[in-house]
Amino acid sequence: MVDAWLYIGLFLLVGIVIPGMAIMISWLVAPRKPNPVKQSPYECGVETVGESRVQFKAQYYIFTLVFLVFDVETVFLFPWAVALGKLPLFVALEGIVFILILVAGLVYAWRKGMLEWV
Amino acid sequence: MTFWNDPIHFIAEWLRGLFIGWGMSGDVANVLIALIGAVVLASVAMVLDILLVWVERKVVARFQDRLGPNRLGPFGLFQPFADILKLIIKENITPAGADKVPYNIAPILAMTAVLLLWAVLPLAPTIFGVDLNVGALYLIAAGALGTLAIILAGWSSNNKFALIGAFRAVAMMVSYEIPMVVTLLIPTILAGTMSLNGMVKAQDVWFVVLSPLAVIIFLISAVAELGRAPFDLNEAESELVAGYHVEYSGMKFGLFYAAELLHAFTFGGFMAVLFFGGWRGPWAEQYPLLGLLYFFVKAMIGYWVFMWIRYTMPRIRIDHMLAFNWKFLTPLAFVLLMVTALVDKALAGAETWVYALGMFLANVVVAWVTVEILRAYSRRRRLEEEAPAKQVIRTGVEGQAAHH
Repeated sequence: MVDAWLYIGLFLLVGIVIPGMAIMISWLVAPRKPNPVKQSPYECGVETVGESRVQFKAQYYIFTLVFLVFDVETVFLFPWAVALGKLPLFVALEGIVFILILVAGLVYAWRKGMLEWV
Repeated sequence: MTFWNDPIHFIAEWLRGLFIGWGMSGDVANVLIALIGAVVLASVAMVLDILLVWVERKVVARFQDRLGPNRLGPFGLFQPFADILKLIIKENITPAGADKVPYNIAPILAMTAVLLLWAVLPLAPTIFGVDLNVGALYLIAAGALGTLAIILAGWSSNNKFALIGAFRAVAMMVSYEIPMVVTLLIPTILAGTMSLNGMVKAQDVWFVVLSPLAVIIFLISAVAELGRAPFDLNEAESELVAGYHVEYSGMKFGLFYAAELLHAFTFGGFMAVLFFGGWRGPWAEQYPLLGLLYFFVKAMIGYWVFMWIRYTMPRIRIDHMLAFNWKFLTPLAFVLLMVTALVDKALAGAETWVYALGMFLANVVVAWVTVEILRAYSRRRRLEEEAPAKQVIRTGVEGQAAHH
């Protein structure tokens, strides 16, 4: 049997090739007759006004920032969760304290009104 | 070792003997066998995907009081093949001003992200792609790749609808990823391992009994992660036409569609693996093929629940969706995680049934406290809303009294 991550690598290769093949077959058989009307962006028949890549709402950015804090820190919780059965009570409680600090961050963001969609 | 108690290794050993007989070195033969295994597993997933198109169409038809596809073959079973044929021979239109490279990568990436999840899915005791010791983390990582495909598609399409759909998908993913990761920590604590097959093996008592609340949180965040109704804001057809894939046609659209269906089934499978005992069932240990059957039945039930939710619930508004996650689901998930850790520590040496009962009761208590807090909050809200109205009535009564 091969190394687990080598298998994942092979699987990634297969996972790219199979959908790639579907597109390739379609590329071979499907007609190609582009014209300007067909290629215009679909906006329910109305001409596009201005640049299509519009600026995004700042609120998305703030949610992403809150997410970043949580996601990075929950990754630290995984080793703790795996070893919980073997850890002494003190270390288990330290994990709880760590979660409480995370929750304090959430409460802070909440109180600051960061979680409102305005 | 016979075919019946370890089919995959039986075939692998036979192939290995064959390849070495042809004069290959052991390492090359191993890699080749792994490659064949990967191709077979991915192909099974794709064939299942074709079947899922039929299942989805048939079930949605029943939900909407229709018959669904019933012309091609028995029960319309050949309908998906006709669909595929149609999609393949349709023209692929690339919109003017599209960013060509990401535009073409996005549909492939969407499918790849879902197929990658199948590499770690334990289908039966000895039938799985690979049993990673960090399976739970891999699940999150590979699951998040799908969102990358959505934002690539939205950004490169040169269409405002697509872009807005992609923004929404990202907001949703970054929000609902948190409760999902936290609820993944709960089976990790209960099983003491991140390996998915290890989690299934640890489920002498199904984790749904130990932690029913975690199942509910995982289900909700999985629906959001999949972008299915009621969380289908990224492709809300009444406002964004089709969301991120509005500019895709032909097979490229087909890949997005297929990826979405397979993603839903895969998450049904993960629900089964994490909380419903995966391949566990009578005689599954001796006969892995039986375990395969149990797994697919459980995954199909999970998929059916996703469909049930999808075709029953109306779409949720974006501010409600984000508030529901950040102000309700995330705090609840963290509280549940802390309670689970503490109860696990407190009942470490206890017998299985005591441990299970303690966990279950802890969940019930958390659920009860949550409901009470919600009730108190809504009562306060109601009183605040009613307060001015009451004042008006009182002054009215006083006015009458003064008149008399």
